[in-house]
Amino acid sequence: MTELASLEVRSASKSFAVNGHHVRALDDVSFAVSPGEFVSIVGPSGCGKSTLLRLVAGLERPDAGEVTFAGARVDGPSLRRGIVFQDHRLLPWLTVEANVGLGLLKSALPDAQKRAAARDYIALVGLNGFEGAYPHQLSGGMAQRAAIARSLAARPQILLLDEPLGALDSLTRGQLQAELLRIWQHEGVTMLMVTHDVNEAVFLSDRIVVMDRNPGRIREILDVNLEKPRRRHDPAFSATAQHLEELLEANPTSPPHG
Amino acid sequence: MSAASLGLRVDRRSLVLPVVLVALWTAASASGIANPHVLVPPGTLLAAFASAVRSGDFWTAVGASLARFGAGWAIGSLFGIAVGVAVGTYRPAERVIAPSLDSVRQVALFAWIPLLTAWFGDGEAAKVILIAVAAFFPVALNTESGCRSTPRALIEVGRVLEFDPWTMLRRVVLPSARPAISAGLTIALTSAWIGTIGAEYLIDEGNGLGVYLASARLDSRMDLVIVSMVTLGAIGLALNAGLRAALGGRASENDVVVTDD
Repeated sequence: MTELASLEVRSASKSFAVNGHHVRALDDVSFAVSPGEFVSIVGPSGCGKSTLLRLVAGLERPDAGEVTFAGARVDGPSLRRGIVFQDHRLLPWLTVEANVGLGLLKSALPDAQKRAAARDYIALVGLNGFEGAYPHQLSGGMAQRAAIARSLAARPQILLLDEPLGALDSLTRGQLQAELLRIWQHEGVTMLMVTHDVNEAVFLSDRIVVMDRNPGRIREILDVNLEKPRRRHDPAFSATAQHLEELLEANPTSPPHG
Repeated sequence: MSAASLGLRVDRRSLVLPVVLVALWTAASASGIANPHVLVPPGTLLAAFASAVRSGDFWTAVGASLARFGAGWAIGSLFGIAVGVAVGTYRPAERVIAPSLDSVRQVALFAWIPLLTAWFGDGEAAKVILIAVAAFFPVALNTESGCRSTPRALIEVGRVLEFDPWTMLRRVVLPSARPAISAGLTIALTSAWIGTIGAEYLIDEGNGLGVYLASARLDSRMDLVIVSMVTLGAIGLALNAGLRAALGGRASENDVVVTDD
């Protein structure tokens, strides 16, 4: 097991120009994620939660403030911080196995071991038998499993998940939530997930960061002290979900660009 | 390889026009309205074809043209891909090269001949370079636009996986640009073949179908002129079909859609 590092976001702000308007996507956002934690970020659309994740991934830089990982400032993407996007982003000309293998290109392992590792991760996400399939032959859920395998194959210390299940039907989403929980427990990797699904956040997270929009700020950070795996009809689960929903509805938000 | 697999499948309706034209041509020749030296009778033409394919000169010409074409097309395409990748992926290269490329491309192909023959003589070099120029532009422009339109989302995947520039090019950009590069190579094939005949005809030195055509014209041998034209067309068609088969052969093996979760 690789040693895990903690993530810190300190007073991060980020603005964009959208149609000539100046939009403050993130305003003075600070929080930390401990090694091995599962943290979710929830909030209304336009609250900057995906932007926040892209800052952590190193795909964007904050205008002010900073992101540090393992004590070092984040100033670009790194294999130590893997990311799964909402769209699977598999390379359409490669098979599932070759796509997962991309996560191992930079690894020092000999080729035979890389192949074995790719197959292990494919098995971990339950895609056995589909190693030779191309992305367009897969359903949305299967493609997302492959994308998760590709990110995990690079052995990241933290896995960032940008609404990875947002485009899936509810049945598939429920199955993949259980899979994510299993993978998190099995791999012991830190996970930071953006979602707009309250139940998903309560089902998976140790802590939930609730955000406001316009400008994107942290409203509250909620601890979820329920034993995993959690049951959705457990009264404590429902109470937490309801509390989270009330928090989100109570948001004093104006419509975007309103 | 069958005719159908080379893309030569024929719709019967497409034969109507040629059949009507040949009928009119035969009628005009038979009735004596047409001067047989200007409009060669079909029989004479067939005889000319038969003697041409039995003569060594004809095949030497075909061979010389094809060799020249192949060399020019390959050289022009290689340079085209290299320049297209540089301009399409590297901003400083775009700033330095793209404006000149756009200007030079406006020069009509055969306007290069006086300059090229002055520098390289009337031999093989000038012709091959001209053919390479003809192939270069379509390949460069299509490669450039193909590289430029690589989805940003996929580039980000490469960035997150810490791909170095070479890996990014080989694993992401080039595969993404492949259809555009193939289109460029196909267009270049046609322009290089036109360039081959033009170069041979206009420089009129050595061997080749263009030279064959030029001397047939000089000798007022309209039968041989038409033999050359038909041969040029047929070779062009065959080259195109061959390239299409070579490029498209691997594309469509995966059409099955699997849905399951």
